[in-house]
Order: sequence, then structure tokens, then C-alpha cells
Amino acid sequence: MNTQSNTYTIIYSSIMVLVVGAALAFVYQVLKPAQDENVANDKRQQILSAIHVVAPEGQVKDTYNKYITEEFLTDIKGGRTDGDAFGVDMASEVKKAEGERKLPVFVAATDDGKTVYVLPVYGAGLWGPIWGYVAVEDDGDTIYGAYFSHSGETPGLGAEIATENFQSQFVGKELYKDGKFRSVDVKKAGQVPVDDADYVDAISGGTITSTGVQSMLADCLKLYDAFLNNLQTEKK
Amino acid sequence: MLSKISKEALLGPLSRNNPVLVQILGICSCLAVTAKLEPAIVMGISVTAITAFSNLIISLIRNTIPNNIRIIVQLVVVAALVIIVDQILKAYNYEMSKALSVFIGLIITNCILMGRLEAFALSNKPWPSFLDGVGNGLGYAIILIVVAFFRELLGSGTLFGWHVIPQSFYDMGYSNNGLMILPPMALVTVGCIIWWHRSRNKDLQEP
Repeated sequence: MNTQSNTYTIIYSSIMVLVVGAALAFVYQVLKPAQDENVANDKRQQILSAIHVVAPEGQVKDTYNKYITEEFLTDIKGGRTDGDAFGVDMASEVKKAEGERKLPVFVAATDDGKTVYVLPVYGAGLWGPIWGYVAVEDDGDTIYGAYFSHSGETPGLGAEIATENFQSQFVGKELYKDGKFRSVDVKKAGQVPVDDADYVDAISGGTITSTGVQSMLADCLKLYDAFLNNLQTEKK
Repeated sequence: MLSKISKEALLGPLSRNNPVLVQILGICSCLAVTAKLEPAIVMGISVTAITAFSNLIISLIRNTIPNNIRIIVQLVVVAALVIIVDQILKAYNYEMSKALSVFIGLIITNCILMGRLEAFALSNKPWPSFLDGVGNGLGYAIILIVVAFFRELLGSGTLFGWHVIPQSFYDMGYSNNGLMILPPMALVTVGCIIWWHRSRNKDLQEP
């Protein structure tokens, strides 16, 4: 047979693509459940990081169930709605109108006996998305802990938002000033926020990522305003 | 058990014909994944599996491949294997898959693969081709592991994440060399290994 003819080449490549495509689809189907479980566990560990808990290897799910006592959705009016809080895809949520967004809340009982509310945030860095989880204490104001991650910020610069050094700055900061939501700003050394908000130090050389964190916090957390106000009223 | 050609195919790449040291192939990933031992080993195993099986598959179908699309056929086979390895890592070793991130996907651009397919698998029988793939993969893995050993030991004071440098050293003023963690030091380390290797194999020295 002439293996150099055009007909042969076309048939050969068609069959090759079909065989390889089928093989890859099969592998994907077989491994999908295990991969989904890993992604879910990764998300659980991220939520736990916001309350300063590191799950032992292989026990992420158990640890998560131990600390996270409740998951629910809220909306811009602060009411509770039913739904799967853990399954909410933040990337598609942030594109919706503010009034229609599902706002997940993860309630955690910490080792020091506090009840904290872990709120997911999602925004844009320099090269791609950045996201995180902010744990707010039951006074609806004080930050208990924060966790940030990114998909491809510059190592050593923007990527520093994923480090303990940056994240630990947020502990104890307050989201409200004189009863008004102010978020927490991320400022270069020497600058202070104009509206008296609490602030943390930005990352040198990571200005766009730092600003991204600041607007991510402001944009996502302000939607929880009603929910946090309820907490504040309950506490008083 | 092994014929002469098979033996040469398997053992040659470990030293005399090492892909990294002598052919200077696959340097890029060698710099990227060698800051710690564990990712280096996983990367070495992945590359070995992919070189071995892509060599085997290409050698099995070498007489049917139309010559004008042979590079495309090679790419499809390699890409499929790389995706399979990536998917397996995501399913069974998620942490490692996150640590290696894009470098698993970039195995497809590893020069060792296409180099061996063109140079060996297209003109040899399946069994020697398979051994050639294993040999080249292992030759690459060995260098990765040696480089990672020195980088992790000197850079972090650990091996496989365990502290091996005793606290008393630190008390006496020893400190980890942060520069070792950065990619440029991988290049320098590879350079030192090549230097040592050339000094042992004088006939490899370029005049």
C-alpha cells in the first residue's frame, strides 16, 4: 500500500484522532470522581486556612466537618436562602447583578471557642483571577483571619498575597467605621485611606495585585453589608 | 537477555549519552522543578513513563506513519500521554499536581521526547525503542534528582521535607542559602555536574 498518498494520509489522521480522542475521553471519565473530590478537598482546606486550621494529610473532609458547623446562602438583603453554599461557583457569581448573587456563608466554630463567619471573595489580579476567604467574627466587624490565592500572579511580587506574612496583617482589622462599611484597604507605605478605613501594607512591586485585593474585598464584602449588620445588631 | 543494541539503548543514556549532560536536552524543566526532591522525582517518573510509551507506540506504528505528517503523529501520541499522566496526577496526587503545575503539561515540549522519537523510535523495533525511552527518561530523572538533592539540602536544609541539618549548625551561625532555591542556581548546579562528568569522560570534551 502507498503510505505516502493523500487519501492514505487523510484516512490515517482521521482514525488516529478518533482513537486518541476516545482514549482520552475514557481516561477522563474514569478519573473524574477522584479529581472532583481532590478539588473539593482543596477548597475545604482553603476555607479552613481562613480560620488558621491546617488539616492533617488525608483528613481534610473530617477536619472540615469538625470545624464548619453550618453552610448557608444569604442575599443582598441579609435574608437566608436555601441552596448549596459549598457548590457556589464564585467565578460565575461575580458576573451577575448584585441583587441576584448568591452569597455563601460558612459558619465555623474555632478552637478558642468563637463563632466566625467565613465569606468567600473573588476578584482580578494582574495576570488572572485572585480569590480568597475572609473570616469575620460574630460582632460582624472584626476580621478573624484571611486566606488569599491566585492562579498566576508574578512569583515574588503579586504572588506574595498567598503568603502568611501578607494574610496575617488582616487579623484584627475592622470592616466598619462609625457604623458604615469601609472594607479594609491595601495601601503603599506612607499612604492612608481617605475614608478612615483600616488598612494593611501593600506588596512592593505588586501594586496591581495589591489594588486587586483591595477592590476584591470592597466589592465582595459590601454585598454582605445587610448580613453583617444583622450580626452587629444581634451582638448588641 | 538483552541484545547489544537493547543494552546500549537502556544504559547509554544513563551516563555516556545522558540527555541532560551530553545532549543538553530538557534543561528548561530541569531548572523549574528541582527546588525540592519530591517534585523532581515525580517529574522524573512522569517523563520516564512518557518517553518509554511514546517510543513504544511510535515504534509499533512506525511503518504505517505517512512521512509528511510524521511530526504531527508524534505530537498527538506524546500529547495524549502527557494528558493522561496529568489527569492521573490530578486524581491521585493532587498536591504534587499543583506543585508541578504547568510543567507536566510542558513535558510535551521536552526536547528529549521528540528527539528520541525522531532519532530512535522511527527506525528501530519496539523493544529496543521502549528500552531507549526508559533509559533516556531515567538519565533525565537521575540528573533531576541529583540537582534537587543539592538544591533542597543547601537551600532549605531539608530532604523530602525532613530537616537533616542539625539545629546545632544553625546555632553556630550556619544559614540556608536562599539563592539555591532560585532557578539560576539550578543552571549553575547542572553546569557543575557537566564539568565533573566531562572530567571523568575525557573523550566527551570538545576541543
